[in-house]
Amino acid sequence: MENRPLEYDYTVAKWFMWSTIILGIVGMSVGVFIAFELAFPSLNTVLGEGLSEYTAFGRLRPLHTDAVAFGFTVSGIFATWYYVGQRVLKVSMAESKFLMTLGKLHFILYILGVAAAVITLLMGYTTSKEYAEFEWPVDIAIVVVWVMWGVSIFGLIGIRREKSLYISVWYYIATFLGVAMLYLFNNMEIPTYFASGGHGDIMHSVSAYAGTNDALVQWWYGHNAVAFVFTVPIIAMIYYFLPKESGQAIYSYKLSLLSFWGLMFVYLWAGGHHLLFSTVPDWVQTMGSVFSIVLILPSWGSAINMLLTLKGEWQQVASSPLVKFLLLASTFYMFSTLEGPVQAVKSVNAIAHFTDWIPGHVHDGTLGWVGFMIIASIFHMAPRIYKREIYSKSLMTAQFWTQTLGIVFYFTSMWIAGITQGMMWRAHDEYGNLAYSFMDTVAVIHPYMILRGIGGTLFLIGVFMWAYNIYKTMSARPVEESELHSATPMGA
Amino acid sequence: MDIANIQGYAYVFALAFLVIVLYAYIYHLYKNRKNADGTDYEEYSNMALHDDLSDTPVADRYDVKKK
Repeated sequence: MENRPLEYDYTVAKWFMWSTIILGIVGMSVGVFIAFELAFPSLNTVLGEGLSEYTAFGRLRPLHTDAVAFGFTVSGIFATWYYVGQRVLKVSMAESKFLMTLGKLHFILYILGVAAAVITLLMGYTTSKEYAEFEWPVDIAIVVVWVMWGVSIFGLIGIRREKSLYISVWYYIATFLGVAMLYLFNNMEIPTYFASGGHGDIMHSVSAYAGTNDALVQWWYGHNAVAFVFTVPIIAMIYYFLPKESGQAIYSYKLSLLSFWGLMFVYLWAGGHHLLFSTVPDWVQTMGSVFSIVLILPSWGSAINMLLTLKGEWQQVASSPLVKFLLLASTFYMFSTLEGPVQAVKSVNAIAHFTDWIPGHVHDGTLGWVGFMIIASIFHMAPRIYKREIYSKSLMTAQFWTQTLGIVFYFTSMWIAGITQGMMWRAHDEYGNLAYSFMDTVAVIHPYMILRGIGGTLFLIGVFMWAYNIYKTMSARPVEESELHSATPMGA
Repeated sequence: MDIANIQGYAYVFALAFLVIVLYAYIYHLYKNRKNADGTDYEEYSNMALHDDLSDTPVADRYDVKKK
């Protein structure tokens, strides 16, 4: 035993890999349910009148968004960090008992935090701030979990063999620092039970900010949660997994550095576009729009860099379903980072705001970019964790096409529904009377609500195919270390 | 000078400053490679491509170069 060569230790990565899959299934199942609930409101009482409180859209919507953002995505971020971090720093977690114990504790506390979040949200405890719904005790737990991850990151960096930090590590560090700053400031809240000397519910709190200021801080947070949960760590993943899987060096490493600093500088100023035509100062709104447009540059810098990494190797897209996932993730990143800035232009926003085009945009980013990237990362990691080939290549290919079709159903239906809503809300006769009532618009977009539900269902079916494939990979054909160098081995 | 003028000048100077910073960074990335003991950043891709524990690091943290 003593003479066994040192190996990377994927224990914590494996645990987070499974929490990614399970929380993905939970979050997306809730998403599909509420999508159909919007089309067929009678689903609210599907479990009976008595339980309708728990199946109401308002109760389940935050559970969907928080489960996929802070469950599925954040688990995926942690899983890939505990895998990629060791490899690009060339240091094993087995070399530090402290980091190993901390990593395991990090996972356990994270799961307890997730349980607390799910239970309190279902019980109806919410701060009513989008993506920041958790009440103060859950917030404190999340801060502890996040600090533990930070210690893990910097601890591993502290004992590294590789002198410089690979570009993905920069992105993981930015994720840690960005979310820490955003989460702390937006969740400044006063527990009313203690402030009032023992009155009311102990869970209840009020925001430290009021009125327009609260909205400004909230959307500085909300938009940058998209930046530092749905963008920055996902770029960290693609900068590792695409070159590694394809065996190709990054097309331009210098461009990756330039895009990194560009993204860091520009993203933080764009949140104002969520508050166009509201009570915040006009210059803040204009700044939000302008910075959103500028944001295309660093976003496309990374995305084009990834597409060009496949230069001369495009046959891999045809032959490998894993490369298909990676390529389409990058393409959907380009797509949604063009669509977002377009929506942030004031004249477009006047039509798009509050319509279904917005969740349409969010989902081509989250399903196409975040979802595909996390799915691809785990398809790459699982064979290396278990030292086995992927159970089924054909199942993976079927999953890819099912999910791609699902995404197309989702965003096209939401485009049509959203623009229809926007145009109908604005329409008026020659005297300025509104041409349509709100219910008129609901009747028109009903078919698209159903199509959206079908799109979500297709994506969810793909997630089950993914989970099954990874589950079966645990007992698939064992492979040699040499087979795992770049392209992932796959069974028929 | 009123506030609108100050904003205008601040805007122009900030824009010029940021353009200079951006191009200076690009220049730095290219120039560094040409220095005798400079870094070719493109080699850093190998940190991902050759990432086994037994692979040689692109730049070993514990390898102190003799001057």
